Amino acid sequence: MATIQTKVNEPPSDELELVRAAKGGDIGAFEELVRRYDRNVFRIAQHITQNREDAEDVVQDAFMKAYGNLTQFQEQSKFYTWLVRIAVNEALMKLRRRRPERTVSLDEDVKTEEDSIPREIADWSPNPEQQYTQAELKQILTKTINGLPPSFRTVFVLRDVEGLSTEETADALNLSIPAVKSRLLRARLQLRERLTKYFKRRDNGDGNK
Amino acid sequence: MNCSDFLKELTDYLDGVIDADTKAELDEHLAWCHNCYVVCNTTKQTIEIYRGTELYELPDDLRSRLRSAILKKCETSKVAKKNEA
Repeated sequence: MATIQTKVNEPPSDELELVRAAKGGDIGAFEELVRRYDRNVFRIAQHITQNREDAEDVVQDAFMKAYGNLTQFQEQSKFYTWLVRIAVNEALMKLRRRRPERTVSLDEDVKTEEDSIPREIADWSPNPEQQYTQAELKQILTKTINGLPPSFRTVFVLRDVEGLSTEETADALNLSIPAVKSRLLRARLQLRERLTKYFKRRDNGDGNK
Repeated sequence: MNCSDFLKELTDYLDGVIDADTKAELDEHLAWCHNCYVVCNTTKQTIEIYRGTELYELPDDLRSRLRSAILKKCETSKVAKKNEA
């Protein structure tokens, strides 16, 4: 079985120059960094907070914090990984404020391994996404990923949606590599389990769904 | 190798970061275990479907509004820092 294709996630060669110029007060250079990564930061923030207004705030606050702390940025890591770390922290703070009744932590180890044991084992239809309209598909995927605990959701989004490596994800989330791998496996298996309900092959001849 | 051993290695297997001996054992397990084959295949599809679908797009108007707000605040903090110095 073929492995999944990892996104190429190398920073453009001029990135360090932009960071250095921005450190020296060049707002234009910082604007270019904002243009490169605002979509990613918005996506990550929205996935974590599940709230559009919060995600907008996170984009502003994360870039402001990055600008204010550029001198702290160690150039041996990628600017993007450093920015993601700031954005994830901002997003988790928003989530905690919105849901004070539930402690939200990336350290939580939710439930047991039980919730990741495959129960629904069925092949998917060929081209499962074509069974639904684009709007329906987005709704299914959003609802499904939002059902994951925040700690699993965040790891899945960084690794599998944004294409960060395991090491970069561990660095951005301040987790160990085994912790990232364990959460990623469980996130993937739980999503698979839930999506199978929508995408499994139906052989009863009653149409596509 | 049993199914539970297979599951433990699934993430590394799908990511292609596994040593040749373990990969051979996993391939051998997949060749006869239909359940693990299905789980492996549908997990791969799960990742691909999320990767291929943009759930949260940043609309252009909101994008430029956010960017202006960020840059304005950066300018203000730059001026404030200069004044402090």
